[in-house]
Amino acid sequence: MRDMPGRPSRRGFLKGSAAGVAIASLAGAVKAQAPEKEAPPPLDQYERVYFNEAEWAFVMAACDRLIPSGGNGPGAIDCRVPVFIDRQLAGNFGKAATWYMQGPFDPAANPTLGFQSPLTPAEIYRQAIPVFQDWCSQTHGDRFENLEAAKQDAALTSLQKGEVGLAPELRDFFQFLLANTKEGYFADPSYGGNHDMQAWVYVGFPGARGAFTSWPGRENARYPLGPVAINGDRA
Amino acid sequence: MATRTDPKKDVVIIGLGWTGAIMGMELANEGLEILALERGDDRSTVPDFQYPNIFDELKYAVRYDLMQKPVNSTLTVRHNTAETALPYRHLGSFLPGDGVGGAGVHWNGQNWRPQAVEYRLRSYVEETFGADIIPENMQLQDWGVTAEELEPHMTKFESVAGIAGKAGNINGEIQEGGNPFEAPRSAEYPMPPLKNTWDSELFAEAARKMGYHPFPRPAANASIQYTNDYGMQLGPCNYCGYCERFGCNNYSKSSPQVCILDALKRKPNFSYMTRSEVLKIEKAADGKTATGVTYFDEKTGEEVFQPADLVLVCAYSLHNVHLLLLSEIGEPYNPDTGEGVVGRNYSYQMTGGTSLWFRDKVFNPFVGTGAGGMSIDDFSMSQIDFGKEGFIGGSYITAGHTGGRPIQQMALPPGTPAWGAGWKEAVGEWYGHSLSIGSHGSNMAYRDTCLDLDPTYKDRHGRPLMRMTFDWKDNDIRMTQFMKARIEEIAETLNPDAMASGYKGDGAQYDVRPYQSTHNVGGAIMGTDPKTSAINRYLQSWDCHNVWVMGASAFPQNIQYNPTGAVGGLAYWALEALRKDYLPNPRPLM
Ligand SMILES: Cc1cc2nc3c(=O)[nH]c(=O)nc-3n(C[C@H](O)[C@H](O)[C@H](O)COP(=O)(O)OP(=O)(O)OC[C@H]3O[C@@H](n4cnc5c(N)ncnc54)[C@H](O)[C@@H]3O)c2cc1C
Ligand code: SF4
Repeated sequence: MRDMPGRPSRRGFLKGSAAGVAIASLAGAVKAQAPEKEAPPPLDQYERVYFNEAEWAFVMAACDRLIPSGGNGPGAIDCRVPVFIDRQLAGNFGKAATWYMQGPFDPAANPTLGFQSPLTPAEIYRQAIPVFQDWCSQTHGDRFENLEAAKQDAALTSLQKGEVGLAPELRDFFQFLLANTKEGYFADPSYGGNHDMQAWVYVGFPGARGAFTSWPGRENARYPLGPVAINGDRA
Repeated sequence: MATRTDPKKDVVIIGLGWTGAIMGMELANEGLEILALERGDDRSTVPDFQYPNIFDELKYAVRYDLMQKPVNSTLTVRHNTAETALPYRHLGSFLPGDGVGGAGVHWNGQNWRPQAVEYRLRSYVEETFGADIIPENMQLQDWGVTAEELEPHMTKFESVAGIAGKAGNINGEIQEGGNPFEAPRSAEYPMPPLKNTWDSELFAEAARKMGYHPFPRPAANASIQYTNDYGMQLGPCNYCGYCERFGCNNYSKSSPQVCILDALKRKPNFSYMTRSEVLKIEKAADGKTATGVTYFDEKTGEEVFQPADLVLVCAYSLHNVHLLLLSEIGEPYNPDTGEGVVGRNYSYQMTGGTSLWFRDKVFNPFVGTGAGGMSIDDFSMSQIDFGKEGFIGGSYITAGHTGGRPIQQMALPPGTPAWGAGWKEAVGEWYGHSLSIGSHGSNMAYRDTCLDLDPTYKDRHGRPLMRMTFDWKDNDIRMTQFMKARIEEIAETLNPDAMASGYKGDGAQYDVRPYQSTHNVGGAIMGTDPKTSAINRYLQSWDCHNVWVMGASAFPQNIQYNPTGAVGGLAYWALEALRKDYLPNPRPLM
């Protein structure tokens, strides 16, 4: 692991519902100078705008395998990625508000012709999660969130490979889930993920700084300043 | 049917991107009464691109906030004429603009001129290698105009846009440090090159050692403070890394707003309407001229007939063709018979690249510009023996970080898992440790790569969507494979810890999902024969002499460069013909 100024220590990250507490204490430690900011609610008390209880349990568990906590760097749960996904699905992305959604539809078409489902991303999550949960129960003996990590990884791999019996109109589910998880990890924190810019700190991305006139051409010199978010927060 | 008819204008411009703004400015200077109609919103640096709100990768780069909304406008795609085309339902492969400034807001600014041989490609191939090397069904054509004729107009566009670069050939004299393979130019670039990022320096050094001729990529990102021909001011670029897909917060990236529009908006004889989508160009009873356009005024919900003496189609290459098809101006192209002209010779851009990872090199990739970097043209159209290599085409080869946005610009070494602990470990280990060498190459047009109206799908106004028929062909795959071999040779001399190449290979199918380039060209191509071109060498419609069509729809096949330098140059070339020859005596110029 490289040493990065301001990089949070791995001990700060805990899984699941305890994450809120851990993050609150971490934020206090890193931001000694910053004005007090109210800690967001722990993920199990977060007020969802799209997901229902069962979907939330799945998405929490899935995000935690797609970008696990532990090891170097924050995990998706530490970064509150499920909050990001919940909000995205309630918004224009989830509603496919800017997409062309007129029929006829041919969801089983050659994938190189792109997205062809009649369902919006939000509908795809809603319809695909129960199918996948049934598959997990039949194949691995329990709902996804109750499986041990190795089995969860195996189940996600099957999902990724298209082996869980999703109908063609749901076939993009895994791609959405993975893309949205990474988006929530790295997007500006105003969207609910990348909590405290931890993912930016981890990789060394300075966020919205955007003024580097004296930097081009420097050889092997690491940019020293930590990230800034669009709302002015610093990590 | 139109519910309102507005007072007549001298000129109506469809679309207010680069070409619309140029035409508006120059014809306003002629004293004509001009109305520009733009389907999207108004946009200005402040507030639309201002700091820090514009530095939002999710909103602008991933969710395409500044781009065309398929719900309002899209097309259908198929690989060949036997397939059923399906809608391009959300953006991926290409990202047309929407709103004032068009795609000139969110482009990178890599600003090139085609090579001299590219304007007369068919003649060049026949003279140099013989006509029999041209593959069956490849519809190679000359533009009907030469590099010498266009030179002053290219210079004009570069002067208006304010391009940063280093000339390689001034009036036939090769210049140290520039591109020795470019067509002669009359002057140095308006601005010196941008500063180089380290990755592009490493590439240039390696290329130089191999005997190649690296030069700075010509950039529409200002390297110094600059005032252009219209009195518009550009400020030096911040290397902010949020160029492509974003508007520039710093008045540094050349865009219609920064270079033209604020001056144009002050002219009393110019006006523009936003949220006004042109639905059709209306023809006179004899079909030989247009009487104006019908557009949908979103603010009042009305269809409006706007009469005008001159109709300038500046709607971006794809929409230009769609409008001509819907307006029945020019015979639609039929790929079965090879007859007809509107929709003929659609082509795209063949790109590929090799990424290199270095454990012990730190690049700070977020320090970057849309267009800076170093290139070589040693494998360009004019330098390749088409007869020997077995393909017609060429590429420029280039390196330079355009940004280090973590969602979309995270390059990970081959073998990295797509998710899980291994992925997380890799993003921490490798972010900022890669450089990429790209090949940006030509793409030829073929008998079946074309545009027509879709029989099934309709837009929000009930008009048929346009249908694109396109796939990669052997010739172009051979070209990109040739570049792969050259690039890997250069890359290996840099001794990376890991390396990965991505180029189209045998049997590659066009895939609308990953971004490739918004360099959609052809469909309303220029030429000197009305049987094989939709517009003449002045960009005037063969069928309706008061309809002129700007943009890359004019290219008979794609050049090996990004299109906008030529698009801008062609606009000024058309303006000269309009001003000197057409306006005093309106008629078909050929
Ligand atoms: C992400 C990206 C990167 C790019 N990078 C480069 C680069 O580095 N170098 C380069 O050379 N090129 C680049 N390009 C391409 C470049 O942006 C275009 O070549 C250029 O903007 C085309 O100019 P135009 O005037 O033809 O069309 P545009 O600038 O697209 O303007 C057309 C305008 O017409 C409007 N319009 C369309 N239909 C209608 C209608 N029916 N009624 C009213 N208005 C309408 C549109 O909303 C738009 O505003 C890039 C493009 C993108 C998207
Ligand atoms: S890199 Fe330069 S030109 Fe591009 S958006 Fe940033 S400041 Fe503007």
